[in-house]
Amino acid sequence: MSNHVLEVNDLQTCFSSKEGTIPAVNGITFHVDAGEILGIVGESGCGKSVTSLSVMGLVPSPPGNINGGEILFNGEDLTKATEKRMRKIRGNDIAMIFQEPMTSLNPVYKIGDQLMEGIRIHTKLSKKKAYLQAVDMLELVGLSRVTDLMKSYPHQLSGGMRQRVMIAMAMACDPKLLIADEPTTALDVTIQKQILNLMKNLNEKMDTAIMLITHDLGVVAEMCSRIAVMYSGKVVEEGSVQDIFRDPKHPYTKGLIDSVPDMRVKKDRLYSIPGNVPKPGAIKQGCAFAPRCGQAFSRCAKETPELLETDNGAKVRCWLHHEQ
Amino acid sequence: MLNYTLRRLGSLIPVLFGMSLIVFFIIRAIPGDPARTILGEKASEAAVESLRADLGLNDPIVIQYFHYLGDLLTGDLGTSIRTSSEISGDIWPYLAATMELAFVAMLIAVFVGVNAGILSAWFQNSIFDYTAMIVALIGVSMPVFWLGLMEQWFFSLELNWLPSIGRESIRDPVEPITHLYLLDTLINGNLDQFFTVVKHLILPGVALGTIPMAIIARMTRSSMLEVMRSDYIRTARAKGQRMLLVVYKHSLKNAFIPVLTVIGLQTGLLLGGAILTETIFSWPGIGRYVYESIQYRDYPVIQSGILVIATIFVFVNLIVDLLYAAFDPRIKY
Ligand SMILES: Nc1ncnc2c1ncn2[C@@H]1O[C@H](COP(=O)(O)OP(=O)(O)O)[C@@H](O)[C@H]1O
Ligand code: SF4
Ligand SMILES: [Mg+2]
Repeated sequence: MSNHVLEVNDLQTCFSSKEGTIPAVNGITFHVDAGEILGIVGESGCGKSVTSLSVMGLVPSPPGNINGGEILFNGEDLTKATEKRMRKIRGNDIAMIFQEPMTSLNPVYKIGDQLMEGIRIHTKLSKKKAYLQAVDMLELVGLSRVTDLMKSYPHQLSGGMRQRVMIAMAMACDPKLLIADEPTTALDVTIQKQILNLMKNLNEKMDTAIMLITHDLGVVAEMCSRIAVMYSGKVVEEGSVQDIFRDPKHPYTKGLIDSVPDMRVKKDRLYSIPGNVPKPGAIKQGCAFAPRCGQAFSRCAKETPELLETDNGAKVRCWLHHEQ
Repeated sequence: MLNYTLRRLGSLIPVLFGMSLIVFFIIRAIPGDPARTILGEKASEAAVESLRADLGLNDPIVIQYFHYLGDLLTGDLGTSIRTSSEISGDIWPYLAATMELAFVAMLIAVFVGVNAGILSAWFQNSIFDYTAMIVALIGVSMPVFWLGLMEQWFFSLELNWLPSIGRESIRDPVEPITHLYLLDTLINGNLDQFFTVVKHLILPGVALGTIPMAIIARMTRSSMLEVMRSDYIRTARAKGQRMLLVVYKHSLKNAFIPVLTVIGLQTGLLLGGAILTETIFSWPGIGRYVYESIQYRDYPVIQSGILVIATIFVFVNLIVDLLYAAFDPRIKY
């Protein structure tokens, strides 16, 4: 229990719109242990980004709002923290990198200034020391010619380089938790590999826990120790990577694994889960996956299943795995 | 950068040439005979005819134009028909008065407009936002002469806080050096006079600056709103940066480029629009100089005045173009 850097309990984040309140994150529960890499997987639109922004306290508000649940960071509930307290935590204890390296750096400031900015917000280092630290960070993330780089503007860098800069910026204050929201989705496959390796190295070297958000199960298999599978604003299955890949319990997880192209077993035809991700809040009653689930039965449309612990410590939200 | 500046300056030559052409012919398209106007209704036809010959008005119009252009190139703006003095010698005090007024008007417009726009965007949909945008809407639609008269009535007549006309105290005139009185009074070390000059500038400055202020505020707001939604603003916040700096540092520098364009355009329009304000406030500026010349059909003065204003407009826009690079490193010259 005390091993949890982050513990999210029954978090609910909603957006108000003309059509009413949209529960983008609808009672999500998971935790990240110190030093581990937790993978959060799920199709686009299931609330992964909103979850991570909720942890950072950066949900655009209005229209967004955290309506319930708790976010415990080292035991402190961030949903109750003041903005001033959150500013101390952001970039210092919890850092975040984003999906879009091309637009995540400010185009009108030099890389060096943007790096030193974060360092100087959270430490009392002099300009000179901050500069040296920034240079160190750029080297740490595998960039070369770093003194030139410090003087460059973002548009002079490739996407992969920018994502490395983002990682350097995020790691600069040695955070305890790094939230990476689809950090490689926008990059070429070869660059993807490099960035993931870098993150894995940093995780081992600096003992930073990583919450790795992705829709790519291949990435999860390589990087993570545990997975939480998200569907429609909730976790539907959680467990160790080995267990889940060997024996997925939830029909949605099974579908996801079956639709991955090169998962050891050769398949004749690629499987894909029928139907589309429902709009948040569209399914008011029963299991949110029921309209797309091949194993659905009468109970599924009427009652919403709970996230239950199974015999091996994993958790699953499905009536098939409830007793009787 | 230097290269670009020189190229831009070079490209101004045809623009300025075209402007002189347009101004020259438009003014001659206005009906009426300047010689007759000068001599009055009762003068004899012979006297009028001889004055026309003296003024060169009998030459073919193309010859008149090339004469004019040749003089322009040597810095000679011609001779006023009315006062018989050199325009290039006369025009500066008027121009200085207008430039001083325009400077103050733009200073007010930019300072208030940009800040109101920033705060409106930051506190979008707040009472402040709504109030500022309604005021801005009223500001753009308010006739300048009406605003000027209201200011005079309220701040001069009712409250007696500020002088309603002129640019200096009649009893204590400024010793002109550059004819920019803010500068001259400081050079003379006369602080009392300096503040008198400032007081004279406030009402016409506000009247002239209101429309650009409103337009700048609205432009700043929409530009800031767009920037503040962008990914790099989220990054800045994710670093733990405080909102004040996220807004004034990270957002403003990005949002300022379209605002700069508007500032440039408005400065030009303001120079052209100064004539109304100058009339209401008896401001001895170039607008008044031209306006009075129109009544006398003083062609050389009218065309010089318009040409000077147009030239300033062109140069202001050149400066704005060069300033883009200061705000956006992606712009390469
Ligand atoms: N700024 C916003 N305004 C309104 N709704 C939003 C906003 N951001 C996200 N949402 C809603 O939240 C849902 C989940 O979004 P998101 O967390 O970005 O999904 P993903 O898992 O792809 O990261 C979206 O389907 C959308 O309806
Ligand atoms: S609860 Fe029913 S519908 Fe939902 S996943 Fe399980 S079997 Fe399918
Ligand atoms: Mg996302």
